[in-house]
Amino acid sequence: MAVGIDPSAKFAEYAHPERLVSTQWLSDHLGDDGLAVVESDEDVLLYETGHIPTAVKIDWHTDLNDPVLRDFVSSQRFAELLGEKGIARDTTVVIYGDKNNWWAAYALWVFTLFGHEDVRLLDGGRDKWIAEGRTITTEAPRPVPAQYPVVPRDDSRIRAFKDDVLAHLGRGPLIDVRSPEEYSGERTEIPGYPTEGALRSGHIPSAASVPWARAAAPDATFRPRAELEAIYKGEAGLKDGDDVIAYCRIGERSSHTWFVLTHLLGFENVRNYDGSWTEWGSAVRVPIVTGSEPGEARAA
Amino acid sequence: MTPSALPAVLQEIKDEFLALDLPDRLQLLLEFSNELPELPERYRDHPDLLERVVECQSPVFIFAEVDENDVVHLHATAPRESPTTRGFASIVVQGLTGLTADEVLAVPDDYPQELGLAQAVSPLRVRGMTALLGRAKHQVTVKRRR
Repeated sequence: MAVGIDPSAKFAEYAHPERLVSTQWLSDHLGDDGLAVVESDEDVLLYETGHIPTAVKIDWHTDLNDPVLRDFVSSQRFAELLGEKGIARDTTVVIYGDKNNWWAAYALWVFTLFGHEDVRLLDGGRDKWIAEGRTITTEAPRPVPAQYPVVPRDDSRIRAFKDDVLAHLGRGPLIDVRSPEEYSGERTEIPGYPTEGALRSGHIPSAASVPWARAAAPDATFRPRAELEAIYKGEAGLKDGDDVIAYCRIGERSSHTWFVLTHLLGFENVRNYDGSWTEWGSAVRVPIVTGSEPGEARAA
Repeated sequence: MTPSALPAVLQEIKDEFLALDLPDRLQLLLEFSNELPELPERYRDHPDLLERVVECQSPVFIFAEVDENDVVHLHATAPRESPTTRGFASIVVQGLTGLTADEVLAVPDDYPQELGLAQAVSPLRVRGMTALLGRAKHQVTVKRRR
């Protein structure tokens, strides 16, 4: 690792403390050799209104998604993007963003698909940095371009496709991280207005409902480990060693839950189904359940 | 008005965007975002009068008035932390305010797709502006009946 880890006591409780840094740690290390800071927001213009000094912007839509195919960018494009941002394969990358690091977690998950080893989140994200009165700037950074290798994207370990979910039904737990209204299916499209919708509403049979933001405290930091255990193991019934698939609407909110389960609670086999409800809810002949109960899953 | 003719302000906004390359289109959207006027005082304490556009991922509210001359006045508010949504709202407010109700209703529903923003901000996000325009037109339809 290029830059040391944050020794905060809070992080030491988590399964992988090296995946988080505090605002104070980042403030102390800004400008260190081998450290890159990346802002990734829901709002494509928020970075331009002011960002952490030296931070570069990576946008989930325009940078990480393929413009034509519904997929993430190719290995070639990922290498070009990171090279342009001054990130090398061994750079320590700290990602932060708006809304409890929702999109930052998505970016981190995509970095992980490409096997970037040292990628971390700023606990509390953009909101906490600003709430603490720390410096932001509109000055555009000029990173020195780096050589990032073209590495294959590994979609087998942490990403699930529709067929993987079908094969998983009745064999392992699913976590639906959307709102309760989306889960039950009562929230449908409003006639005449376009939404990011699907043809059917409801959830995947047997999925437990745990809205993603429950993992975040009011100050946008992650909740302490004991509270996370109570939510995911206590309420949702996950057990150590489970193979878990998380989903939402397009895979962004569930990236956040993927981060919590994998890096904070130490589950080793968690996959994010990025096709999520926009695919499942429109696919032909896949089973769905409506209402607030998980429902039965039959193994295919 | 021929079907292809846009009201002058909407046409100007469109020309302005299309004359720029992609990064500059984002900057222009940010300028629009900064230009979104504050709500008139009479609405500031009456959030109940404003309609939330639920299709937008950020909280954005719009309110249309149609005056006795059938002229439309449009107001919108969105948080500073949502500059893209603010930018969209600002374009819709600037583009529709001062038009007659008929002119507003004749604005093509796909106007937001004509600004060259799909690549700069993504097609999904542009839908937020389509929803805003749809809501504004719907309000004008309802209010002129009164």
